Amino acid sequence: MDRSGNWGCCLMSVSEASAAAYVAAHREKHKQLPGGGIAALDAQRAAALEQLARQGLPSQRDEDWKYTSIRSITKSAFAPAEPGGDCPAAFIEKHAIAGLDAWRLVFVDGFFAKTLSDTSGLPGGLHLGGLAEGIRSDGARLSTHLGSALGPIPHGFAAMNSAFVADGALIEVEEGLKLERPIELIFVSGVGGEGLLSLPRNLVRLGAGSQATVIERYLSYSEGRGLNNALTEITLDDRACLDHCVLQTIGERSFHVGGVFASVAKEAILRSTTVTTSGALVRNDARVNLDGELATGHLDGCYLAFGRSHIDNHTHIAHNHPSGISRETYKGVLGDRGRAVFHGRIVVKQDAQKTDSEQSNQNLLLSDEAEIDTKPQLEIYADDVKCAHGATVGQLDETALFYLISRGVDRATARRMLTQAFAADVLNGVQCVPLREHLQSFTAAHLDAVLSDQLSDR
Amino acid sequence: MLKIRDLRVAVEGKEILKGLNLEVGAGEVHAIMGPNGSGKSTLANVIAGRDGYEVTGGQIEFMGKDLLDLDPEDRAREGVFLAFQYPVEIPGVANIALLKEGLNAARRYRGEKELDALDFLKLVRERIKLVDMREEFLYRSVNEGFSGGEKKRNEIFQMAMLEPRLALLDETDSGLDIDALKIVSGGVNALRSEERAVILVTHYQRLLDYIVPDRVHVLAGGKIVRSGDKALALELEAQGYGWIDQATGAAA
Repeated sequence: MDRSGNWGCCLMSVSEASAAAYVAAHREKHKQLPGGGIAALDAQRAAALEQLARQGLPSQRDEDWKYTSIRSITKSAFAPAEPGGDCPAAFIEKHAIAGLDAWRLVFVDGFFAKTLSDTSGLPGGLHLGGLAEGIRSDGARLSTHLGSALGPIPHGFAAMNSAFVADGALIEVEEGLKLERPIELIFVSGVGGEGLLSLPRNLVRLGAGSQATVIERYLSYSEGRGLNNALTEITLDDRACLDHCVLQTIGERSFHVGGVFASVAKEAILRSTTVTTSGALVRNDARVNLDGELATGHLDGCYLAFGRSHIDNHTHIAHNHPSGISRETYKGVLGDRGRAVFHGRIVVKQDAQKTDSEQSNQNLLLSDEAEIDTKPQLEIYADDVKCAHGATVGQLDETALFYLISRGVDRATARRMLTQAFAADVLNGVQCVPLREHLQSFTAAHLDAVLSDQLSDR
Repeated sequence: MLKIRDLRVAVEGKEILKGLNLEVGAGEVHAIMGPNGSGKSTLANVIAGRDGYEVTGGQIEFMGKDLLDLDPEDRAREGVFLAFQYPVEIPGVANIALLKEGLNAARRYRGEKELDALDFLKLVRERIKLVDMREEFLYRSVNEGFSGGEKKRNEIFQMAMLEPRLALLDETDSGLDIDALKIVSGGVNALRSEERAVILVTHYQRLLDYIVPDRVHVLAGGKIVRSGDKALALELEAQGYGWIDQATGAAA
């Protein structure tokens, strides 16, 4: 908006106005935030708050938010949640992944809930716990790591998370330690009531040559409205290997704005898979910096947008050094009035010769009212690289459908088999077997439910 | 078993079959031969119930039922099987999952109990030997990455599993080398029985050296213009299809 023009009476844009509520909330809260008085941390929070106030929350005029309107989020302000929400252990058990033997951290409305967590038998060299605890005991050191994988704060939501940074998961794996058990982070939101804002910040740091599996799960405690603003920072030192998965199964009236920001050093490997099956509006930012030679980044995603869900996956892989490898596959199934956005930006810096990059986004549209906006964006400044990308949008293959039907399979089952197969394919890359099986059976069951709804609607 | 009377079929408004008559009895093997574009594949697809084929006249009776009245999945469950000319690759659907779903759907249709996992696996292991396929193919996605020969063998394996009453083999010989042709033919011959009819749709006589038909029909211009025994196939091999134009031209 032109601030000097005839609109002088309403200087503040809508997004700034909605940000103002959070800036005001911060004024109330900031004294409760852990690590107050640690100069570096105070400065980070203040800078982030200033950016939030100045920039506001993103609007569709921002190129990176062109296809995602956050009006449904800014319609009303969400109140930052308080610690101490009471989530029954039975809720966590009900949602357990079959066969998954993992260390588990549970977060209730964004706050670490020790009594629901299981960190028994941690090996030496693994620090696993709540970030707030960590800041209280070791804040000066951690403040140097907070924000480092994030880099320049990309938008108002990330600024908000940074201004309020308080709790979340802190995972630090010492050099050379290969973890046998996965780490499961369960974020339950809406425990303290409706209209709450959760702001978890997760810090995952793997020392040279270490290995870990980290699973982030986002669940809604109830069907009420709520907003997650979650941000995960991942730093992998040389030759470290992280299998990372985000599984979002939040309620139909919930919102989730999440970010995974990773820095991958020389010969290190990050494999990250994001699965989104629900939510009124979900925005996932994934930013991977390949910050050393022969660094590898795999970003995969599976999104199922049915009902009135809006799911936006915004990815950015930066090849900053030579011989980096990136692989990116996102697959979406959209039905009803579901909408999805895929933005896949790949930047190959001038020095990043011998880069090997492949990106693909495939979408299955099952209804006329569903919509996908897909945008691959390659920026290549090096001359000796191999980069391939492709995007497809289509319906179920009629020939394949008839093939199944001609073997006696009924039409609805055949549609389901093909749809499930389409979605499940991208999950085959998940290394942790119980997790992979869970993701596949979960997405299959979810598709089963939404597809039978679609059929009975007719 | 199969009675086709005066069948007329159009594809995208163009009439392909123009009054076709054919009767196939249980236990018989019939070969449908003819030049490209004569309507051979149309016949196979319309019996199986594929979309895009508009029946504008005539009837198909199968086991005393009006076949055209049945959905394609019910035709399959009644015992119609189409071995595709171009078997479809279906990534993400395991061969064994398709077979299990298809087989049990037919059993439910007939009011029989579904096969339990153990009996199913026993059957699979027995039948897969017919086409000399390795068991690993069971767990691979349907036809994905299969060679031409493996795809056709997979079709015959599916046929062996589903035990149709009427098997339609659409150009099953195309793209096969001699070894694969022998395996496929061997599978089909092993499945010949008193209760089962087979229709071989083929352009070439070669297949009929291995699967010897009881009757041979020549399809041209949307009709069957000649029928005979296996000797007719040899005659066609010697003469080609050139004579048909004259024959149909003379008749018209």
